Amino acid sequence: MSTTTFDGRALPAAQAPPPGPAPLRAPRRRRLGPGKPVRYGWAIGPVLLLALWAAGSGLGVFDVRSLPAPWTIASTARDLVDNGKLPSHLATSAQRALLGLLFGVAAGLLLALVSGLSRLGEAVIDGPVQIKRSIPSLALIPLLILWFGIGETMKVITIALGVFVPVYIHTHNGLRAIDSRYAELAETVRLGRLGFVRHVVLPGALPGFLLGMRFAVTGAWLALVVVEQVNATSGIGYMMELARTYGQTDVIIVGLVVYGLLGLASDALVRLVERRALSWRRTLAG
Amino acid sequence: MAADARGLTEEDRATVRIENLVRSFGDRRVLDGLDLSIAPGEFVALLGRSGSGKSTLLRALAGLDHEVAGGGGLAAPDDVSVVFQDARLLPWKRLLGNVVLGLTGPLAEERGRAALAEVGLAGRERAWPVELSGGEQQRVSLARSLVREPRLLLADEPFGALDALTRIRMHALLRRLCERHRPAVLLVTHDVDEAIALADRVLVLDRGRIAADLPVRLPAPRDHAGAEYTALRARLLDRLGVRGTPSTGPEEEAA
Repeated sequence: MSTTTFDGRALPAAQAPPPGPAPLRAPRRRRLGPGKPVRYGWAIGPVLLLALWAAGSGLGVFDVRSLPAPWTIASTARDLVDNGKLPSHLATSAQRALLGLLFGVAAGLLLALVSGLSRLGEAVIDGPVQIKRSIPSLALIPLLILWFGIGETMKVITIALGVFVPVYIHTHNGLRAIDSRYAELAETVRLGRLGFVRHVVLPGALPGFLLGMRFAVTGAWLALVVVEQVNATSGIGYMMELARTYGQTDVIIVGLVVYGLLGLASDALVRLVERRALSWRRTLAG
Repeated sequence: MAADARGLTEEDRATVRIENLVRSFGDRRVLDGLDLSIAPGEFVALLGRSGSGKSTLLRALAGLDHEVAGGGGLAAPDDVSVVFQDARLLPWKRLLGNVVLGLTGPLAEERGRAALAEVGLAGRERAWPVELSGGEQQRVSLARSLVREPRLLLADEPFGALDALTRIRMHALLRRLCERHRPAVLLVTHDVDEAIALADRVLVLDRGRIAADLPVRLPAPRDHAGAEYTALRARLLDRLGVRGTPSTGPEEEAA
């Protein structure tokens, strides 16, 4: 008895299965899910992009004035660090972003709590926030300039206005999503209003709040870019705006890279906090 | 409530007294003039078909029926603990945190540890609720209820979501815990065997009133095969409208 393989070759008779009952074989199914994650998979795309950029520059495909080579950018960045310009602009930018973030998050959190915990609060607060939501924060800049001038106050307020909306929306959503059975439980163990907020409401709304934070940090950097290019005498955005007037493409790209890194780093930071603070959850993300 | 028994009737000493209790949802009177009294330390099981108002009564006793229309007299102690059908543990608190939820004082943690040990979960204080099986979660919920040393323990089908084997173990645990802590217990269930296995007295709720009130006078290991057991079971099932035997009560069954 000889067996034939799929590609038509005949197996030697010695290797043919002995007659009798068919050997047991586990049925094989085609996997439809994406499967195991690739190690350092997140880095593959960016590294590929960088490699393409370097190759293009090396082969002279890109015009140096439009897109300088990666190594030019690196040396410009080193110069900017060495002469102290980049650190000082970065410090100014970071201060603006942090202050705006601080006020925005505080406002969003406070409003979400008031609106989430009382029906009256919701009636008063939710409507105006939804209206504010439909007006882009950046569209308010002309008005904010007239009200607060072109100084730091205007910049911080613009950033805070962009930040508080996502914090409010997601925290409020998180609050509303808390199972009402937990409120019942809190009543039976005789938690007070404060204890209820501390043990049930805040931890229950934390996942929503942290999601809001991720949008908020991204939003803060976004607003920063705009306010620093509108009217500023310092900051990364100002540095880039100045570079544009002198045609220094490399400085502009350094600024872009810095913005990108800041955004990435702050998002990673929030995600780290998320993992620590929400370790009680066993989700698909595992 | 009187602490001194002298000169007081049994009714006065009762942990729970309910007179002519009415609770309605819209036009439907779920509880319709219900009377009930539970003595201190007494274990009462409440049977009833679904929709008969078992949970409504329990929620009234727990003080959870906000905005439910009704009237009547109800006296229940302030220190009531509730065991829900779902264990209802806060997922963001470790087991110990869940057990001592709402407790204050320097000894709270110590008492919480002792309560967890009592339900066989010593050493699991720092586990998260998601790491536990359904039966273990319900044991934590029991620990959370009993660590408060309540005078009244209300349980709303606490073992309804557990598998049969786990349920048998939980029955033994609950009996043991109740004998040690001696709260008055009102156990809502739809399982006749569970009611007979656990309770000193079995009530049947029907059309908003107590339709049957039967003491269970069976010796401690309640043998399912015994003649007394079978007779009691048959009477209760009959009261619940199962088996089609004609009603022996004064009222006619409305099909």
